[in-house]
Amino acid sequence: MKQQVFEQQNQALWERFERQLGALEKRHKKDKAAAESLDHFADHYRQICHSLALAQERQYSPHLIDHLNDLALRGHQHFYRRKGHILYNLLQFVLQGFPQAIRREYRFVWLGMLLFFVPALVMGGLTWLDPNLVYAVYGPDDVEQFVKMYDPDNHAKFSENRGSSDDFVMFGFYIKNNIGIGFQTFASGILLGIGALFHLIFNGVAIGAVAGYLTELGHTETFWPFVVGHGAFELTGIAISGAAGLKLGYGLLCPGRLTRRQSLINAAREAMPLVYGVFFLLLVAAFVEAFWSSSTNLPDTAKYVAGASFWLLVISYLCLGVRRGS
Amino acid sequence: MLDTYRKLETPESIDLDIRIAGPLVRALAFLLDTLIRFVIHIGVSVSLVIFGDVGMAATLIFTFALEWFYPVLFEVLLNGQTPGKMAMGIAVVNDDNTPVGWSASIVRNFLRVVDFLPMGYITGLVTITLNRDFKRVGDLAAGTVVIYREKKIPAPQLPETRAAPPPVALNLQEQRAVLGFAERQQSLTPERRAELANHLQPVLHRQDQPAVEYLFRIASWLRGGR
Repeated sequence: MKQQVFEQQNQALWERFERQLGALEKRHKKDKAAAESLDHFADHYRQICHSLALAQERQYSPHLIDHLNDLALRGHQHFYRRKGHILYNLLQFVLQGFPQAIRREYRFVWLGMLLFFVPALVMGGLTWLDPNLVYAVYGPDDVEQFVKMYDPDNHAKFSENRGSSDDFVMFGFYIKNNIGIGFQTFASGILLGIGALFHLIFNGVAIGAVAGYLTELGHTETFWPFVVGHGAFELTGIAISGAAGLKLGYGLLCPGRLTRRQSLINAAREAMPLVYGVFFLLLVAAFVEAFWSSSTNLPDTAKYVAGASFWLLVISYLCLGVRRGS
Repeated sequence: MLDTYRKLETPESIDLDIRIAGPLVRALAFLLDTLIRFVIHIGVSVSLVIFGDVGMAATLIFTFALEWFYPVLFEVLLNGQTPGKMAMGIAVVNDDNTPVGWSASIVRNFLRVVDFLPMGYITGLVTITLNRDFKRVGDLAAGTVVIYREKKIPAPQLPETRAAPPPVALNLQEQRAVLGFAERQQSLTPERRAELANHLQPVLHRQDQPAVEYLFRIASWLRGGR
């Protein structure tokens, strides 16, 4: 068949398909009329593919082939698009997806928890026994600063001056800082897991040192009621972000029977629910830290009771969250 | 074909041509995005100052979002194109040329942290040169690739002539070359047209302008004109 005849026979269909593509690419939902003309999109797409194959086989002119290639390429994008309902997905993820991902990746989660909490506890204990150890992690200026921050004498003055608008600023600060650390811990895991390992242990040691030092100094009534509440969300969040990073590194290091590249892609895909979960946990942590932990007109007992229930909540959510589901 | 062309076989078992975008054009797109991000950042910070502490909080949250989610939002919502990429005519797609989703986009953009190491995207640049699809670490982990979005190609103006059969039998590739010559005639100067046509002097037995016109007539015949 000559090209001219071929073009005459199919021109109408190609133009119709191009209009459909135009309607799809505009994403204006108001165009109801355009939406109707999407009838037979799949049929048309298949016919475009057929036309392209014929044009390539018969070596029709370059412009025709390029044009059909372009149409097929754009059609392919829409035909194989994966889409979901975002609000439903969000709810479904919080209720089911995250706890299920935690259980699916329990090895990495345990590893992340151990690599974070064990250094924190050991360092905390050691600093409590020998306060000078704190200078192994922090410079003298840093130490002075956080001692001042949690000094019971200062604290009373500090809390009087602190209004609710400060809470907002701190909320913003915690989001920017803590969630950034979580994301970095995950991303650095691709360096064969070493980056995640480093972030986990380093953060564990740093937090342990502060806790041990302040406890030894006797600032317990300001420090512990403050951190116990949001710690439940924040510390588990950091540990899980490390777990996601370790999974990434493991995928690269031990591909099993897959190619290394495919193994990495799979590991990243499977680690993503953990990263979403970290985002969720750290968001809650920032909220609790800014608006609950900082409030000073509550008795310490209330803080401890609430803190304990937060820990219980997080643990039971991660361990017992909906097991079955789509 | 140039080696940045890739054939992608679809489930309909046709081969689609895609063109992979190289490091230079991607770097330019990135620079443009950085500039845009910088301007947005300054604009928002300055305008939120009037809201005092709450504005300060909003600025912090906004900085965080801009830092981590600027490329993600654009890539997912605007068919794989951040403003910088759009200006350079490139886009991010999955390896199978489907639009990127949230997970893939987040993976490739969060791993920028690693591509940046130790400074100035050195890791990313080295990785790009080490594989044939110009993928940086983030692309490798997310299974994505940066390609050229073809611009709309205007229909070529074919010269109006009578058709004439070719003097010798042409194989398919030769026919395609003649058709391509006729379609590209407007982008060539008359001298260049003559120069190209003169290569066929032994077959056409014509020189310069007559040879060009004879080729146009053959092209018209090949398209099916009589």
